[in-house]
Amino acid sequence: MSLEAAALTYGYREREIGRDIALDLAGGEVLALLGPNGHGKTTLLKTLLGLLPAKGGTLMLDGRPLAALSVGERARALAYVPQVHTGTFAFSVSEIVLMGRTARSSLFAAPSAHDREMVQAMLQRLGIEHLTARPYTEISGGERQLVMIARALAQEPRYVILDEPTASLDFGNQGKVMSQIRRLASEGLGVLFTTHDPNQALRYAYRVLLLRDGRALASGPAAELLTPERLAALYGSAIETVRGEDGKLAFLPG
Amino acid sequence: MTSSLRGNLIALLLLALAVLAAFALGRFPVAPSDLGRLVWSLVTGEPSGLPAQVETVVWNIRGPRIVAAILCGAALAIAGCAFQGLFRNPLVSPDILGASSGAALGAVIGIYLSLGLFGIQLAAFVGGLVAVGAVYAVGSTIRRGDPVLVLVLTGVVVGSLLGAGIGLVKYWADPYNQLPAMTFWLLGSLAGTAKPDLIPLLGPVLIGAVILLALRWRMNVMSLPEEEARALGLATGPLRIAIIAAATLVTAASVAAAGIIGWVGLVVPHLARFLVGPDFGRLMPTAALLGGGYLLAIDTLARTAAPVETPLGILTAVIGTPFFIWLLASARGGWS
Repeated sequence: MSLEAAALTYGYREREIGRDIALDLAGGEVLALLGPNGHGKTTLLKTLLGLLPAKGGTLMLDGRPLAALSVGERARALAYVPQVHTGTFAFSVSEIVLMGRTARSSLFAAPSAHDREMVQAMLQRLGIEHLTARPYTEISGGERQLVMIARALAQEPRYVILDEPTASLDFGNQGKVMSQIRRLASEGLGVLFTTHDPNQALRYAYRVLLLRDGRALASGPAAELLTPERLAALYGSAIETVRGEDGKLAFLPG
Repeated sequence: MTSSLRGNLIALLLLALAVLAAFALGRFPVAPSDLGRLVWSLVTGEPSGLPAQVETVVWNIRGPRIVAAILCGAALAIAGCAFQGLFRNPLVSPDILGASSGAALGAVIGIYLSLGLFGIQLAAFVGGLVAVGAVYAVGSTIRRGDPVLVLVLTGVVVGSLLGAGIGLVKYWADPYNQLPAMTFWLLGSLAGTAKPDLIPLLGPVLIGAVILLALRWRMNVMSLPEEEARALGLATGPLRIAIIAAATLVTAASVAAAGIIGWVGLVVPHLARFLVGPDFGRLMPTAALLGGGYLLAIDTLARTAAPVETPLGILTAVIGTPFFIWLLASARGGWS
């Protein structure tokens, strides 16, 4: 049972973005796609979600080709947490999370009592039940990200795929969101996130795939893989390493 | 009481008041008590004891016009909600894809060819459907960028072409007989609506409204960015076609019956949002009720404000413009 890509080529109709991608995401794991901005992380993410058709190679979800699944089947297995945006209409937080139930009910159905219970349960799971009735447009960026994660969980997926989950968050909120993401994996979900920050990959991911120019430079366990040399090659600039007294690593740019 | 129930009760009350006022005002006022006696006699089959003149006014003259106003208002409001959600923009109105301009071109061609009332209405209805169909066909051959944005831009372009077509037909038209009829039609009016006019209006409006109301819970998801909606499990392509088709059906039918009435489909969804919030599941039924009452009130004003009937499109613009400026000035970040 895993989301598995082999020799994957991906990109848009007329333009190839990347090739030769191999990855394997199982339940309980956290995989980070690490790389500089503009090197094909988000496009790969959309391909893994089935939003863009793969241009070559194989892409399997729990043993079945992803392309053979209906949009509803995909949504019941894979949940997507996009980069935070405010949206057009001032839906309440519970209305937003309720949208996560789309693939779990019929096209014409009104939300059921079970759907609403599920929404409350997911808001509680992320510790944001106090936001239930607030307009999504009026809460903070960190809260919005947690609401997006709650919506993904309301899909009852087996895998959660997050695009730059902390891109627009302040320092404190980054920690809050990332530790929630890590907890989801400990509860059995397969988690994949993109990031351009090696510290985040090191701290929160079990395994990392380094992506540059649409190619996998390397992939493997975060602690082994993330060396100053590899990161310098990945970003094309020098990286300084800091080591704390307890042996913890951190990377500094420049 | 939930906000949804309260909102619907308020909308229903306003609609009922608009109906009573529509009967009570005008050249031949019908008091609410007389109206009650007429309805009672219809239910029981007993004679109402009112002059035959009153019965004629209620059942054959003002009644059909009131029903038509409610249907058109509800249709425009519900189509406005659908298009605002679909195009993720609260400033969108039902003519965004050319339904109204297509219907207008159909109607002016009908008038130019002296097709008669039914022929003109049919030409308008078909014109609206063809225009939106053409916009959709052109838009979906362009495979670059966001499909929704491409559709909107195609709608703008085709709309201006249709506008040129309308101008051309008006230029050709007989300035003494045809041109005034075209102008009057383009400004919108329900004057002269009779019972037989209701059937071609009722059918398409009911079909389209049932489809839109059935899909209303999914409209929330459709108002998200395309890829997000698909990741949540919606087949956005087929659903978008269904929503556009249904919204176009109701818009074209109402434009065919009443001419071009702007603003209703833009203003009423916002009024409904004040009552029940942005959730389309609750919004669309309330907007339909509110739209029916709103256009009926406007039509009553059109009949009674001046010795000569005022075109509906003029009144909706006069009321809609300041309302919208106020809305722009007072709106906080999101559109609540």
